[in-house]
Amino acid sequence: MQEVAGAGGGQYATHYTAVAARFAQGDRVRVRDSAPLGHIRTPFYIRGHVGVIERYCGAFPNPEELAQMRDGLPAQPLYRVRFLETEVWPDYAGRAHDTIDIEIFQHWLERAK
Amino acid sequence: MTDRGDIGNYQPLTYFQLMEVSLRELLVEKGVVSEQAVSDAVEDMRRRGPDTGAGVVARAWADAEFKRLLLENGARACEAMGVDVPATRLVVVENTARAHNVIVCTLCSCYPRMLLGMPPDWYKSRNYRSRVVREPRAVLAEFGLRVADDVAIHVHDSTADMRYMVLPMRPAGTEGWDEAQLASIVSRDCMIGVAVPKL
Repeated sequence: MQEVAGAGGGQYATHYTAVAARFAQGDRVRVRDSAPLGHIRTPFYIRGHVGVIERYCGAFPNPEELAQMRDGLPAQPLYRVRFLETEVWPDYAGRAHDTIDIEIFQHWLERAK
Repeated sequence: MTDRGDIGNYQPLTYFQLMEVSLRELLVEKGVVSEQAVSDAVEDMRRRGPDTGAGVVARAWADAEFKRLLLENGARACEAMGVDVPATRLVVVENTARAHNVIVCTLCSCYPRMLLGMPPDWYKSRNYRSRVVREPRAVLAEFGLRVADDVAIHVHDSTADMRYMVLPMRPAGTEGWDEAQLASIVSRDCMIGVAVPKL
């Protein structure tokens, strides 16, 4: 894990010591299908699904660590990931071009083929 | 003791109400905060309403350069306008003839309070939070908003550090209006994305 001083860009650059951003706009990513205990900001309904990075928001203290009264550093890159509703819900009744965007921290993402 | 909406409520305190009162009294007793500071903070939250957000939308409708900045960096645009958006990373999403945006926080009740004030109760309800991500068109129809099939719906789930506001489309018939007139047709629900401005 490479740590860099300053989050280096993103829409809202922060000044925390941060993990380097691994993904860029347009990258296809899969949300980890995992169920750890604790305060998790990755909704269950999106775990295991594949989306596309809409933007890199900047790096922010890890909320899972903050919830344990730690400093959440190094900060984790945060992305907005766009998913097709039809991919998330197999029985989706809307239109094929409907989407859902969710903020997801980098440690919850892996590169999708 | 300040009024926190408990007038006429003779029910016993809930667990969290009791926790809030106990913690606050301890903090005051230990001199960490004053009752006045708590009261001022509550008043500051209550004072904020959707007028601020409506002013931002009206400015964006009237000023193309401001709109460009608002979509690029919502917080910086608000600061440039003199709107105080403390510690907020604001993402403004634009409705167009091809796209309609709607905002939710499925995990709790994240909401752009500095622009819209306190969220309405339905925004915090399990019904809205669980359904708008799964069947947005049906939920919007229940608000009286039918989105045409050729318009894409973009739902935004604010799960982390960003806050969202919808920039609605400026309706026809508002040509030549000043910003105050424009702001008057921008409701809270338009900026959440469950309504559109009407004349």
